[in-house]
Amino acid sequence: MLDATDIGAVVLTLKLALLTTLILLLIGTPLAWWLARTRSWLKGPVGALVAMPLVLPPSVLGFYLLVTMGPHGPIGQLTQWLGIGLLPFTFAGLVIGSIFYSMPFVVQPIQNAFEAIGERPLEVAATLRASPLDTFFSVIVPLAKPGYLTAIVMGFAHTVGEFGVVLMIGGNIPDKTRLVSLQIYDRVEALEYAQAHWLAAGMVVFSLLVLIALYAFNPTGRRR
Amino acid sequence: MKKLSVAGVVALLAFSLSTAVLADEVKVAVAANFTAPMKVIAENFEKATGHKAELAFGSSGKFYSQITNGAPFDVFFSADQARPEKLEKESGTVAGSRFTYATGKLVLWSNKAGYVDDKAKVLKTGDFAHLAIASPKLAPYGAAAIETMKALGVFEQLEPKLVQGESISQAYNFVLTGNAELGFVALSQVYADGKLKSGSGWIVPGKLHTPINQDAVILKHGKDNKAARALVDYLKTEPAKVVIRSFGYDVN
Repeated sequence: MLDATDIGAVVLTLKLALLTTLILLLIGTPLAWWLARTRSWLKGPVGALVAMPLVLPPSVLGFYLLVTMGPHGPIGQLTQWLGIGLLPFTFAGLVIGSIFYSMPFVVQPIQNAFEAIGERPLEVAATLRASPLDTFFSVIVPLAKPGYLTAIVMGFAHTVGEFGVVLMIGGNIPDKTRLVSLQIYDRVEALEYAQAHWLAAGMVVFSLLVLIALYAFNPTGRRR
Repeated sequence: MKKLSVAGVVALLAFSLSTAVLADEVKVAVAANFTAPMKVIAENFEKATGHKAELAFGSSGKFYSQITNGAPFDVFFSADQARPEKLEKESGTVAGSRFTYATGKLVLWSNKAGYVDDKAKVLKTGDFAHLAIASPKLAPYGAAAIETMKALGVFEQLEPKLVQGESISQAYNFVLTGNAELGFVALSQVYADGKLKSGSGWIVPGKLHTPINQDAVILKHGKDNKAARALVDYLKTEPAKVVIRSFGYDVN
């Protein structure tokens, strides 16, 4: 069965996924809005940057995070100058890594939903004298709900499944950076297959439930 | 032109067939800490015998799992004695082929010159944030690092600062990039031609931890492979031992 270190890893993983998803919703919404509406030439490059983690191996992302957040890297020098210290081997470092890693899974569904809304509802709202903020919360968000649902579920699930990045920048510290995926890896490497099975099977069930929920509750998902 | 290319292909085929008859290829799984010496040894071995050695580097734990699940390696150079012994008991090896090819040395090392003193006082007084080790569960060098800290009576104090790499290579990486100020790594990683390549270090006296005897064994997959036998024999020759020692290992 699961022991204390396993449960610690599960709790930590859920905490990381929750925090990452929340931050990504906050960053991702304006970014998705801009990507959906802008006619700027920057749309292509920015969209490509957001999508990069889809094609990059996580080890590449992890490697560059380790180097740039290290004492000689630009981010590392900034954080040291700010008095925060260094980010590798900290929970904050994992959150930052996960934000990059899961960004496309949150931004893209929201962006697609925004694009599908079109100009018409916004024009109607404007003629009814709705303020831009009001329009956003009473018109756009409800219309983009399926997109948000997909973004939340995928962002959360993808962060839970993270491995390459946390392996590179985590340092495997109990209750700080030891996530479920790492714990499974450790168990397998140490030939503790029984415990590995408990966690691994848990992940399989979790992923399956997440996807079933996504397809069941998300009308766009079902139509597709 | 066409004739020429046909002749070329025939010649090439004949050539490759002839070398295939004379030389074999051996697939070798090598523990991460032995990477540097093994590359040199394999090159010398290929020159001396004409056989080809194809090397894969990684953690011994991973190799063990892969081998028990049918990975086609011919020889296994482990970072410990336990895993080759276990394979032997599970009759996954060629009987009698196991031998200790090197005894590893542990070093407390920092990227920064003058940071680690020769009495390791830095462990008690240092204001560092992170000390890197290899996972004690997976890597003998990690287990030896824990034993050393316990023997010095500093383990409790240092435990919150420990960061673990999945192999000794990753622990070394953490220190090399400066993300950990110092760490316990394999001497072979930071040592060449009889001295430290860079930074500062303290070679841990062997009496502070269980000896890191590293065993190699010919696997079932390599039992009819001449190159596998040749490689194991080559490791026992003086030229190979000289290379192994120059990277900071002990060899009998």
